[in-house]
Amino acid sequence: MTAFLALVRRDLQLAMRQGSDAALVLIFYLLAVLLFPFGVGPESNILARISTGVLWVTALLAALLAIERLFVSEYEDGSLDQLALLPLPLSLVVLAKVLAHWLLTGLPLTLLAPFLAIALGMDEAGYPVLVLALALGTPTLSLIGGLGAALTLGARRGGALLALLVLPLYIPALIFGVAAVDASLSGLAATPHLAILAALLLAAIPLCPWATAAALRQALE
Amino acid sequence: MTLFAGHDLACRRGERLVFAGLSFGVAAGAALLLRGPNGSGKSSLLRCMAGLLAPIAGTQTWNDRPIALDADAHRGRLRYLGHQDAVKPALTVLENLALWQQLHGLRDDAAIGRALAGLGLGRLAGLPARLLSAGQRRRVALARLLASPAPLWLLDEPTTALDDDGIACFARMVADHRAAGGLVVLSSHGDPGVAGEVLALAEFASPPETES
Repeated sequence: MTAFLALVRRDLQLAMRQGSDAALVLIFYLLAVLLFPFGVGPESNILARISTGVLWVTALLAALLAIERLFVSEYEDGSLDQLALLPLPLSLVVLAKVLAHWLLTGLPLTLLAPFLAIALGMDEAGYPVLVLALALGTPTLSLIGGLGAALTLGARRGGALLALLVLPLYIPALIFGVAAVDASLSGLAATPHLAILAALLLAAIPLCPWATAAALRQALE
Repeated sequence: MTLFAGHDLACRRGERLVFAGLSFGVAAGAALLLRGPNGSGKSSLLRCMAGLLAPIAGTQTWNDRPIALDADAHRGRLRYLGHQDAVKPALTVLENLALWQQLHGLRDDAAIGRALAGLGLGRLAGLPARLLSAGQRRRVALARLLASPAPLWLLDEPTTALDDDGIACFARMVADHRAAGGLVVLSSHGDPGVAGEVLALAEFASPPETES
């Protein structure tokens, strides 16, 4: 457990020191969302209607943007060998790195979303569920993205390949994330959708790190 | 008595059989030097020994027990140093050493102090590793072996980029490690300043058309 926390702390520390992609991701999120009022036009009822989808799809793309480099520097400087030889199982190493990554990107995205929702004119009844749905959904996105990052490690044009691999797997989280917010906006219960998002996360927590570890071992061979 | 041994190992990289029928044995306190031309499989053998690469044939044993039966225990008793230093440029020398110690579940400031002194890094401890030269980064990587001790050292060309003083430091730390009953397997082209049994990998290279 101490090793797990030490690894999370290390990743956060490294990100703080060298100015990570985290800030870029947030700026990307902000800009991408703010492009929609320009593209769609300032008509507030149209913007409000598409706001949930816009916030989710851009969050998805922002998450994808950041996850690509999750293992690259570890791979290039030889740290991945050392991480694979720790007493800590490699799947827990992966979980620690994904957790640190989520704290740096997914969590700020989640907290930023309601402010962007204001900009898009979303009805304020949807804010709590929007935050909750993103809080449950973005960790799943990070876990799935980590798997994609491990599979494309060492491949040329890893980024484009990663998007092809991972975006289809993001669809369930997208569907239920948007459905939860829409349900709360139209006065229906959001709980069933949130429960499914939680179930997706609970399935991803053991499965994704396990598969990611296997992919990393393959990359190390 | 032989503590760490390999029997009839074979390793394949891609389509090429790198070596076959290779056996080795290392006793407590002994050193095994891997020699051979480029591509003869020195690094592959070290990665096999570390469990990072699975040999396609053969077994390795520790104390006559196959290491495959208890991979966790094997990982715990070895330290591997590859071509790359695995030193994070954004952290200081001291933080780099402390980090890997923590990740190995240890906490021993005295050992870090000894490691820094042993490799002549005392004055650099507070410096971010990105400011270090290649030789100094290699010293940090070697210091990691002392900061988080383990009985079996697997070192892939450990003296690359080291100056004469660095090689002397390395020879001294290997001598101390062996005196304490530790095992060392290392590959090297030059003179690493370590005496020990030599394993010439060229003898186990398989002719291109033997295997199909």
